[in-house]
Amino acid sequence: MTKQTSKIIELKNVCKSYDDKPVVKNTSLSIKRGEFVTFLGPSGCGKTTTLRMIAGFEHPTSGQVLFNGQDITTLPPHKRNINTVFQRYALFPHLTVFGNIAYGLKIKRIPDGEPFVNKKGQTVQKMRKFTKAEIQAKVDRALKMVDLEDYGHRSVDSLSGGQQQRVAIARALVNEPEVLLLDEPLGALDLKMRKDMQLELMSMHQKLGITFIYVTHDQEEALTMSDTIVVMKDGQIQQIGTPTQVYDEPANAFVADFIGESNIFSGNMVKDFCVEFVGHRFECVDKGFKKNEPIDVIVRPEDIRIVDANDSNALVKGVVQTCVFKGDHYQITAIIKVDEEENEMLIHDNVKVDEGQTIGMYIKPFDLHIMHKARLINTLEGVMYDKGIVEMCGGRFECNADLEEGTPVTIKVDFDDVEICDDEEDGVIGATVVSSMYKGSYYQCIVRTDDYYDFFVDTDYDWLKDDRVGIKIAPDKIIVQRIEKDEQNA
Amino acid sequence: MNKTPKNKKLNLSFSRKSLAYPYVLFLIVFVVLPLVLILINAFVADGQLTFQNFIDFFSDGSGLTVLGNSLVIGFVTTLLCLVLGYPVAYFLSKYHASSKVLVLLFVLPMWVNFLIRTLSTKAIFLALDVELGMGTVVFGMVYNYLPFMILPLHTTLSSISNSYIEASEDLGADKLTVLIKTVLPLSVPGIISGITMTFIPAISTFAISELLSNRQIYLFGDSINMQFTTGQNFGVGSVMSLIMLVIVVLGNLLMNKFNKEGNTRSVL
Repeated sequence: MTKQTSKIIELKNVCKSYDDKPVVKNTSLSIKRGEFVTFLGPSGCGKTTTLRMIAGFEHPTSGQVLFNGQDITTLPPHKRNINTVFQRYALFPHLTVFGNIAYGLKIKRIPDGEPFVNKKGQTVQKMRKFTKAEIQAKVDRALKMVDLEDYGHRSVDSLSGGQQQRVAIARALVNEPEVLLLDEPLGALDLKMRKDMQLELMSMHQKLGITFIYVTHDQEEALTMSDTIVVMKDGQIQQIGTPTQVYDEPANAFVADFIGESNIFSGNMVKDFCVEFVGHRFECVDKGFKKNEPIDVIVRPEDIRIVDANDSNALVKGVVQTCVFKGDHYQITAIIKVDEEENEMLIHDNVKVDEGQTIGMYIKPFDLHIMHKARLINTLEGVMYDKGIVEMCGGRFECNADLEEGTPVTIKVDFDDVEICDDEEDGVIGATVVSSMYKGSYYQCIVRTDDYYDFFVDTDYDWLKDDRVGIKIAPDKIIVQRIEKDEQNA
Repeated sequence: MNKTPKNKKLNLSFSRKSLAYPYVLFLIVFVVLPLVLILINAFVADGQLTFQNFIDFFSDGSGLTVLGNSLVIGFVTTLLCLVLGYPVAYFLSKYHASSKVLVLLFVLPMWVNFLIRTLSTKAIFLALDVELGMGTVVFGMVYNYLPFMILPLHTTLSSISNSYIEASEDLGADKLTVLIKTVLPLSVPGIISGITMTFIPAISTFAISELLSNRQIYLFGDSINMQFTTGQNFGVGSVMSLIMLVIVVLGNLLMNKFNKEGNTRSVL
């Protein structure tokens, strides 16, 4: 018997790389029995790979996977009491609906009678297959659970996408797994069907009481269905929390940007309980930051209340640019102009305003989410190629330093000093756009060079994710410093 | 025939259909016409419409023996090709990244003319003092037709989506069960086309048996060849060609039926 622990699945420092390219980086997490956990993140964030390691299709490069406290890191999939609903269902085309669902049952061996002691004194457990009648009963029950009672004899090709989806779920659940893995199972369905299936999956989860691990890139799906959301990016867990926690208290700007809509601004913490952004000071509930520390401020569009421009509650004024009716609210964009700096604010409210109208905005101190910046300046290491030329990330950049050839140096470049060009050829080095985030008046992009250094870039344009771009830096913007090391002179 | 009305300009544009005309002409001259000739020859003897040629063939025991021999050798060859070829194709499809070269190696013999291959096989057998006979004929056949079995199998096996295999493992199947319950049924179309591509040429081939058995064993193809060349008996030769044709057509129909009943859907 396996020991019953409250943690059914545990990942311990799990890493996975393909050809030295890390996909999952040092991930640790534990999943409670009976929980509905969602791995949420953009494509390529490692969520599916993590799921596949739990299923046993991939083995971690390092680290451990525990199931009920037992190490199953290298156990093959067929020995795990875990079943998967695949992204494209992977229903066997040569079998009928019945044949598909019965597949696992026909293979399974179950104990036959009580264990007995044989002549040699060993305890022996006779095993047997399920009988035809048992299989029939189980398959019928599974079909009933997914509302496909009369479909047993049908070929899987004659089913609609939604029906295939149900067969895939029935095929997994009929084996009575302790954990059900679902790899973006609703991705191929249309919106209406997806909503229905979400509710059905939730009710199945409640009825069965087993653990569901669900992978999706759809934040709404994650917020609707999960007990716990694991937000991932670039193979790393960004935040683990309940839907409310993840939505209301995002751990960083990425989580805030990815989950729900949000306004993200760069600002600085004037002092405890006082933050400055979009050219105004606001009261907030955060403290413990350094004085004047640059921070990111996140405001959810629905947390902003529109008030009369002259109302005493108006913390900041703006000019309405657009006002679009969205069914249950109006989506308003307003420009806040202070001196020459313009910032755009996205607002969800249920009052209609006119374009060009000046409005006041009120935000509760509690609704300003303040977080440390991931990085203040791009810092990387390189070598002087020649006087006035520094080599970094496989490219040679002109700079104003006249250090000797071969000197190891650290290089610093401000976010807004990095130039991105459309044509890779125009840049000194090529890079791939990893993400782009709007910050009220500019976009903050992360571009990854071919040797995996991430440049943070502030730009006026929204660069498309996965696009190839070139990177240029003006010579006088590259700050080069000699690395002072003792061993260097030795 | 299309006639261009006088008042219209000559239409110089081709319809797509007209591109097929050269081949249709070829087909008529070299396929349809010979078939008609065979048909006529089979039913004509001494200038009269008769079944005499059929009576001649079926009353002659040796002709039937040759037919029986051909079918047996065809079956054995196909079976051996399948048994030998399937593991190879399976192995090749598993390592598809580096398998291009391997597949090439297995298919390479196809690039050499089969007569040259067969003659060299014979030379090797003679050098090794192996007695030429049924065994050597089957060897030669398997050697010649194995690539025709491996290629369609490899194509089908490597097109089986990995997710089926994973789904099977996920549902509790170990490696062997995955092979038997998922990979094998999904590769049925490949098996069918492999069998078709091996069996039909194998029963109708000539020269291989002649060379590798020192003219002891004649297959159907050989005796048709002989009826026309040495025997100068066009009537019986045509009857035999007709029988061959019927067997091939029946074989194809049977395979198609199998294919439909099994699954045509597996190659997704």
